[in-house]
Amino acid sequence: MVESLAMNEASEQPATPILKVRNGQVFYAEKQAIIDVNVDIQPNAVTAFIGPSGCGKSTLLRCFNRMNDVIPICRVSGSFEFSGQDIYDSEVDVVSLRQRIGMVFQKPNPFPKSIFDNIAYGPKIHGLASPKAEMQEIVETSLTRAGLWEEVKNRLDQPGTGLSGGQQQRLCIARAIAVQPKVILMDEPCSALDPIATATIETLIDELRESYTIIIVTHSMQQAARVSQKTAFFHLGELVEFGSTEQIFSSPVDERTQNYITGRIG
Amino acid sequence: MTESAIILKSAGSKRHRAESRFRAYGLIAIAISLSFLLIMIGSITMRGTAAFKQTFVQIEVNLPTEKLDPEGTRDPEVLRKARYGKLLKSALREQFPDAKKRADKKSLYKLISSTAEYSIRDQVAANPSLVGGIHPFWVRASSDVDQYMKGTIDGSLEESQRRVNDKQIAWIESLKASGSIESRFNTQFFTGGDSREPEQAGIMGAVVGSALTLLICFLLAFPIGVLAAVYLEEFSAKGRINRFIEVNINNLAAVPSIVYGLLGLAILLNVFNLPRSTPLVGGMVLALMTLPTIIIASRSSLRAVPPSIREAAFGLGASKVQTTFHHVVPLAMPGMLTGSIIGMAQALGETAPLLMIGMVAFIVDVPGGVTEAATALPVQIFLWADSPERGFMEKTSAAILVLLGFLVIMNLAAVYLRRRLEIRW
Ligand SMILES: Nc1ncnc2c1ncn2[C@@H]1O[C@H](COP(=O)(O)OP(=O)(O)OP(=O)(O)O)[C@@H](O)[C@H]1O
Ligand SMILES: [Mg+2]
Repeated sequence: MVESLAMNEASEQPATPILKVRNGQVFYAEKQAIIDVNVDIQPNAVTAFIGPSGCGKSTLLRCFNRMNDVIPICRVSGSFEFSGQDIYDSEVDVVSLRQRIGMVFQKPNPFPKSIFDNIAYGPKIHGLASPKAEMQEIVETSLTRAGLWEEVKNRLDQPGTGLSGGQQQRLCIARAIAVQPKVILMDEPCSALDPIATATIETLIDELRESYTIIIVTHSMQQAARVSQKTAFFHLGELVEFGSTEQIFSSPVDERTQNYITGRIG
Repeated sequence: MTESAIILKSAGSKRHRAESRFRAYGLIAIAISLSFLLIMIGSITMRGTAAFKQTFVQIEVNLPTEKLDPEGTRDPEVLRKARYGKLLKSALREQFPDAKKRADKKSLYKLISSTAEYSIRDQVAANPSLVGGIHPFWVRASSDVDQYMKGTIDGSLEESQRRVNDKQIAWIESLKASGSIESRFNTQFFTGGDSREPEQAGIMGAVVGSALTLLICFLLAFPIGVLAAVYLEEFSAKGRINRFIEVNINNLAAVPSIVYGLLGLAILLNVFNLPRSTPLVGGMVLALMTLPTIIIASRSSLRAVPPSIREAAFGLGASKVQTTFHHVVPLAMPGMLTGSIIGMAQALGETAPLLMIGMVAFIVDVPGGVTEAATALPVQIFLWADSPERGFMEKTSAAILVLLGFLVIMNLAAVYLRRRLEIRW
């Protein structure tokens, strides 16, 4: 087992991590939700966060684009780095941070506007499309990359809320892509979807990996195994085990990981 | 008992009886409130519609050149200066030569409105070719004659008990016989200002006064209320201060409106010396009164915007202000608008604070701006209801009908706006 671990490590190219956490701690008021987490996220790969409910997966995920800022009782300490830059530095512009680190939520949440406006909103506020024609192009490429273009190209002026759940979630992914992020955070993106829509999104994630770094929180072991290259297992706020997905699922080191993936805790 | 019998409703069961009893209570409550509403609106309508009609009398008036325009210039300014009251009186005497005694002549003159001479003056000034001939003019009958014609004065009563004497009744009957008296639609009521004479009094001054007052009220209360709500709901820390403010706003919504009137009197009029009796001050006072309503309605509609929309915008890198004004406020806008319209409808019916700031004055002219003295619809109702003349009773009811009409329009607008702007998820 030790051998295979070493082999795994050797076969991976030592790319510089795009996200780096050292001694990450998160408190909600007095309650500690993340305890001393250290993790390196590799670029252009899918990393899955798994673990029982309430273990802090969403909390850690939301640290990367500072979505925790809007929760007044939330306090973050430790070092969180994005491409070598401290995310929690007071100099950091949250707006441009979130432009680079996009997010897709558990429940599809398109704006109650047209499909076109849903995609165009991000580029517009960031000033990414100076001439009007560029916007058209951004909308088309984003929807194409999210695999939605063919389905909606004739109804771009119709409300995004009128799409099916799976389509809405792909619309949200397209919306996140439209601002040209480096990282896309996905918090249980398929939990509100049926198996077919889930399969579509999973294929999409696999394609997006080439251009983006993706972190996905999921409760489905199968999903983690299918889409991710790296998996992190959390338990009660601690990062218990982090490694290649293959290794975590075939030969977990920690007993808690083993229990979880075999369905004994969770 | 078979299985199928168990699932059938048994009419005698306790649960079933409680249910139908509750349903009956609800129906009774609705029936009672509906019947009160019907009685109220029915009686007001019955009394008020009479005011939409006015009796007119036709009189042949001699317009001799030497009296009206001795120099023959036909200048409207000169024509306006002539004494038409005298001409009218002599015309009446000519038509009814049987009025010889002073008292009889007085009764005769009282057949027509004291404002009739002005309507003849205006017609002559507008059409100078009338001068130098005898022309028939339709003029307003006096309020008493009008009431007699509408049947509210009973001719069979003893003479001393009624406001129209026997002689007058005889004259009216002879006018009737010659077709010189008729009831017409009372346009003056809708286009004119207030008057001491019931037959001349109109609602327009009060309608315009109310409209200007509400305009000021809306312009002040809506932006301030919405911004306050947005700040409290979206930006301020949700701490003890916020809760303290919320409690106080709720209290302010329950403060009797007269207190706002006193505040307006003490501060706006006495400290800032703003013009008394004007829609400007009235609107400011009503704005103070409506603010809590608007803030409360706006806050609750902001709260109803799903947090997922805020997250979506934040996640894309929208700033707090962008998130709020691009997404949250537009979604809350239908609720804010309907809340505001309902607050404005309350303000439209508000009388007490306007009394305090002097909008109760007797004003004949239709106000031309927010700094001109004016009165408002409910105050007009109050003024007319307070007048002893029989003719003002129907005006009061008619004014209430007009006010109710505006209230219905505003509430329908609220419903329409909500339907129109609401986003279906
Ligand atoms: N806004 C909040 N205020 C207070 N405590 C919170 C808040 N959000 C999360 N927590 C607490 O932090 C801990 C971690 O929550 P988190 O949402 O990160 O869990 P999770 O792993 O995403 O769970 P799930 O799989 O159910 O989504 C939980 O104990 C939760 O109660
Ligand atoms: Mg979660």
